[in-house]
Amino acid sequence: MPENTANSSRPERVTLFASCMVDQLAPTVGESTVDVLEHLGITVDFLDDQTCCGQPAFNSGFRSESLPVATRFIELFEQVTGPIVVPSGSCAAMVRNFYADLFRGDEKMTIRARRLGERLYELSEFITRFFGTDAIKGTLADTATYHKCCHLLREIGVDEEPMKILSNVEGLQMTPLERADVCCGFGGAFSVKMPDISSAILDEKLDNIETNGSNMVIAADIGCVYQMQGGLRRRGSAVQVVHIAEVLAQSIRNSSVLGKS
Amino acid sequence: MKPLTSDFRAKAAETMVDEQVLQSLEHVYTGFFKGRLEAAGNTDNWEDLREKGKAIKDHTIAHLDYYLGQLADNVEKNGGSVFFAADAAEARKYVLDLAHARDIKTVIKSKSMVSEEMALAQALIDEGIEAVETDLGEYIIQLSGETPYHLIAPAVHKSRKEVAELLDDSYVDGNPVPDATELTMMAREKLRSVFERADMSVTGVNFAVAESGSIALVTNEGNGRMSTTVPRVHVAVMGMEKIVPSIQDLSTMLRILIRSATGQRISSYVTLVNGARKSDEEEGPEEFHLVILDNGRQKLLADEQMRESLNCIRCGACLNACPVYRKVGGHAYGWVYPGPIGAIVTPVLTGLKDASNLPAASSLCGACHDACPVKINIPRMLLELRYRTAEGKTDKQERTSSMRERTVWKAWRIGMMGRKRFDVGSRLSRLFLRPLAENGWLKKAPPPISGWTSTRDFPLISSSSLRSRLNKRSKKTKS
Repeated sequence: MPENTANSSRPERVTLFASCMVDQLAPTVGESTVDVLEHLGITVDFLDDQTCCGQPAFNSGFRSESLPVATRFIELFEQVTGPIVVPSGSCAAMVRNFYADLFRGDEKMTIRARRLGERLYELSEFITRFFGTDAIKGTLADTATYHKCCHLLREIGVDEEPMKILSNVEGLQMTPLERADVCCGFGGAFSVKMPDISSAILDEKLDNIETNGSNMVIAADIGCVYQMQGGLRRRGSAVQVVHIAEVLAQSIRNSSVLGKS
Repeated sequence: MKPLTSDFRAKAAETMVDEQVLQSLEHVYTGFFKGRLEAAGNTDNWEDLREKGKAIKDHTIAHLDYYLGQLADNVEKNGGSVFFAADAAEARKYVLDLAHARDIKTVIKSKSMVSEEMALAQALIDEGIEAVETDLGEYIIQLSGETPYHLIAPAVHKSRKEVAELLDDSYVDGNPVPDATELTMMAREKLRSVFERADMSVTGVNFAVAESGSIALVTNEGNGRMSTTVPRVHVAVMGMEKIVPSIQDLSTMLRILIRSATGQRISSYVTLVNGARKSDEEEGPEEFHLVILDNGRQKLLADEQMRESLNCIRCGACLNACPVYRKVGGHAYGWVYPGPIGAIVTPVLTGLKDASNLPAASSLCGACHDACPVKINIPRMLLELRYRTAEGKTDKQERTSSMRERTVWKAWRIGMMGRKRFDVGSRLSRLFLRPLAENGWLKKAPPPISGWTSTRDFPLISSSSLRSRLNKRSKKTKS
């Protein structure tokens, strides 16, 4: 993935796909995503009718329940042109990689899904691709570490880029997380269906987080954020788990207050 | 081997509280996983090799009947016998009949997962024939009466103390625990006389080469080479997918297998066997038999969605990478093949209905796909099996989902098919959950969220959706 592309190809307008979880559980992540994109000079459109990409049912095997929801998603976002940005590697993976399996045997829908997937980007991927990892220069005095969410890392292929983006936040002291690329145990419905196994995996993650000693864990998928935060709260830990969009938006706000932006 | 896949959850729960086993499973990550990464990093064209390995396997599996025919012809040309076994029982019977016909007293076994499918060692013992595992790990679990815990490290879950109790007749609790070298020497001493008196060997096959009729064995202990040279009868058992067309392909596959398995560039021994002793040769077995096992593999071959699993070269890299395997251990999977690869092949080979928890027990993190030297897309197949158990569209008998699950997902779909419903559903859930929340988090929630709150706090649904917030925001900017 190129880190920088010519300014001329920088999109001026994008459509936000919030994802169902951000929309209803963590709207501040959605607002922060808008803030970050607007800071980059982009006009952000929001389709009021959006709900979900269909991943939860698909991952649980209920493809005939997922199919109409995914079809609805495609039909809705086909109404707009230009890039679609989603603050979730997992939802991006669903559309870009797993729709091919969901729509298997339906050639027309497979093509439509592929076309849509070609212009759908995860947030940090979008920033890196069109604006470069050094595009956002905010300020946030804190200590943090970064967890690599599985679908963003392995399905979308975004690895070190978010850390590079975060390295431009002034005052943010990053300490690499041991086994940052090992799963946190979330896995969607898996976390509810097999809570014992999900939590055993989480425990290893939380041990590494506590050993790391940072005040904050940054991750790029809200499901993983809640898995880790929910576990840390249960442990009585004060460590905060924060979505990367919120960190970037906060750092931008801090900079503008300080008159740097 | 009789599948015990329906015990998955119970077995997994036992392991997750067994500190000693969890500690041993750490080595799988710190040793094998990191070893593979390092070996891959030190190999210039690693990704090309993986692509090449995948292409070789794709091609071979697509033309399996041709290459099996060629292999059988060439083994016979080399003076060996070939037996195609439809299932484990047929394969077992062939070996037992052969052992009786040749008046065999002692069989030495080198490591073979296919022989585990056949439960061969125990079958020989039941017939009054001495049958001893000679791979150190296999020997340890034979002594403890267990099955392999890992594809390449069968006794990885055993502590040194447990091994000492099995190998050292003089060991009593409280004695200083012998180190690994001492333990190996004890095993060596016990096994040496068995090697000397063995009149038959059973080995596995890492790869069979169709164009030459040879079999390749990858070992680190030398027991494999002893097995293929000392006894007068050598029987090799293989799954029908373990085949490569040419010697050149073999060299590619060996390079990726060994690096992916142990992180070595090459194992201590790579043995190529071209059949029994020829008339002008002085050493080697008098007879060579190759048993090629189907045991459900044709089901995988015929199954377009699952066929890729036949590309597996049994390196164990997916186990080492898997966060689930490292917590639930190898025995939870209930049959011969543990870990991610087991979670996709076991359900097809032994029956999906009993094994439905195997594909369900995954966070779909994709570490297995990433680690696989031949790039088998394991998560894709886990999802395929979940689809079958959820809806039973492929085979009604395979549906294991509960009425409640089906209702939940139906309700979910209805809720997601319109924005108003989506909002109303979320608001109602919030109203319902809010009395249970404290500072925006729930310590205890009703089903289906109760699974989550058994170990983690759950976030309360937000007081307003993103849509309503963004709409307010745009009104503010407009005014």
